[in-house]
Amino acid sequence: MSDLPLRSQLAVALGRTAAKMSRLAGKGDGSVIGGRIGLRLDPELLTRLAKDRKLVLVSATNGKTTTTRLITSAMTPLGEVATNAFGANMPTGHVSALASAPSAQYGVLECDEKYVPQVLRETGASLVALMNLSRDQMDRAAEIWQLAGKWRRALAESPGTHVIANCDDPLVTWGASTASGVTWVAAGQHWREDSWCCPECGGPLDRQEGEENSDWACRQCHFRRPTPQWALHGDHVVDPHGRQIPLGGIQLPGRANRSNAAIALAVVAQFGVPPEQALPLLAQVKSVAGRYTTVEHQGRTLRLLLSKNPAGWLEAFDVLQPAPGPVALSVNAQGPDGRDTSWLWDVDYRILRGRPVFVSGERRIDLAARLEAADVQFTVVDDFEQAVMSVPPGHLDVIANYTAFQDIRTRYGRVV
Amino acid sequence: MSSDRIKIVWIYPDLLSTYGDQGNTIVLERRAQLRGIATETVHLRSDEPVPPDGDVYLLGGGEDRPQILAAQRLRNDGGLHRAVQNGATVFAVCAGYQILGHEFGGEEGQPVPGLGLLDIRSYRGQTRAVGEVVSEVASELNVPRVTGFENHMGATAIGPNARPFSKVLSGVGNGDGQGFEGAYQGRILGTYMHGPALVRNPALADLVLSWALGRDLPPLPPSWSERLREERLSAVLSAANGQT
Repeated sequence: MSDLPLRSQLAVALGRTAAKMSRLAGKGDGSVIGGRIGLRLDPELLTRLAKDRKLVLVSATNGKTTTTRLITSAMTPLGEVATNAFGANMPTGHVSALASAPSAQYGVLECDEKYVPQVLRETGASLVALMNLSRDQMDRAAEIWQLAGKWRRALAESPGTHVIANCDDPLVTWGASTASGVTWVAAGQHWREDSWCCPECGGPLDRQEGEENSDWACRQCHFRRPTPQWALHGDHVVDPHGRQIPLGGIQLPGRANRSNAAIALAVVAQFGVPPEQALPLLAQVKSVAGRYTTVEHQGRTLRLLLSKNPAGWLEAFDVLQPAPGPVALSVNAQGPDGRDTSWLWDVDYRILRGRPVFVSGERRIDLAARLEAADVQFTVVDDFEQAVMSVPPGHLDVIANYTAFQDIRTRYGRVV
Repeated sequence: MSSDRIKIVWIYPDLLSTYGDQGNTIVLERRAQLRGIATETVHLRSDEPVPPDGDVYLLGGGEDRPQILAAQRLRNDGGLHRAVQNGATVFAVCAGYQILGHEFGGEEGQPVPGLGLLDIRSYRGQTRAVGEVVSEVASELNVPRVTGFENHMGATAIGPNARPFSKVLSGVGNGDGQGFEGAYQGRILGTYMHGPALVRNPALADLVLSWALGRDLPPLPPSWSERLREERLSAVLSAANGQT
């Protein structure tokens, strides 16, 4: 970094000072404000900071923070790795991440789906990992078909970039398939409601039953699932040499995290880290920015699950304690959550029947109307604490969307 | 008694169901069943022919490209036209609302032909309308004030054969400068409101059911939907008053 122009060095230094002040003021980790100041002083700062490093961009609707963390952990044998561990996944966050690790040769950057083209252009990242696309916060997010189209154009213009992509997701496959090189990973797709039509021609997709490693093809055109080099099968991954790699040691729960782990293994293999070396490093990750954390409160053990959209709720249901284990749900509709709560009707809540369910959050009445229509018994509480104190001492699963999750996490201890 | 069963056809959820549109289907089924009316629901994929014998047809919201595909397929299929000729009820939201009209704006703003079942014309507006919407329903429909959430680039002008569904109190609605939200013509009703609209507005759900069954329906005990409607109306209208 010492060969940065003077203006860029100044931009980095001022950004760092601003970030520190923001932290001291208790306003988060400061990575956004730091990066914003840096970019204002030097608009090409991201390009300069990315120069001569090997970077991975990680993008998806769900799982990008977790997968970024898994990849970063598995890359430690290569030396220092720069990363935006706090989920600041836009260029301001990328600038902060790279500026704070000036000597790191490697970087793993979580990237908001919309920003993939810009960040790819500015960083020339050598690797891009693309995992899944589904409906998410429609009042502010881009339409996903359009988004995948932008990925296609960006990858076509970046011939030096290799892609690791989930070929079980048809829209991701379409978005990735203009890259000059792709490693296809059959990483599974559980939410299918956004992929019944061919992204190429709009024709009907014929899809095999089974949530993992199941084939699909367009009935009208040539577009079909590519042959995967890596494939997730339940609790193990098969690598390109046909070796079975057990994922039993992964601490993060559920099929979504086995899928994230499969992608991480394929990414680090590209940098020469073999699965047997990567696996124990993946197993060290126990919670990610408070997700999957358990907190103790008044004899209750709360496990915090973040779910922001229908596909995410499906994954959260997958890791619940078996019925009749109690569940507390909390939904807000502030800016970061999406202000439109219609998506609650895309989630099939019937799985919650037969267990105590507590409903809280600013939009608890929306959730109550939804659960009532699904014939789920529930109790509405005005304050989340009432839910906690209503269950007997023991385990309580908590599913919340973004700001509701942050509220609960702040209240019961910020365990990272 | 005209019928104690009802057939609901949800048109093309594989193309048009981006905004929780399933909720409208669920709430119609539920409010019929609570009155002892049996329901049959068809989730019709876009590669299947539209059955002409449905009582209610539902169309939801979608992205530009799926909207164009859905319009093409419904035009070629012709089943929805036959159903409407037979007196079927249609309830359509957002992209589905636009499809029912004579034309709508495509992804580059180009005019795309619609189905011509509802006398409206839609086109690409200047800015995206995103947010809560509250409106006063046309008095002849006998439905109290409605609440929903809108998210659309398109604007819609109502022709002489259709009538405004409601007058906007807060939000944008049709966005053609007339201050209306939605349109209806006979038993075809279109709106920009998700929420979903029939969940948030039980009286509107009952209007759709009564059109489909051809008779008035006995009231149901209040549900969480009524609470939701009241909460949304007061949250939105108090915020709107606070601004002025």
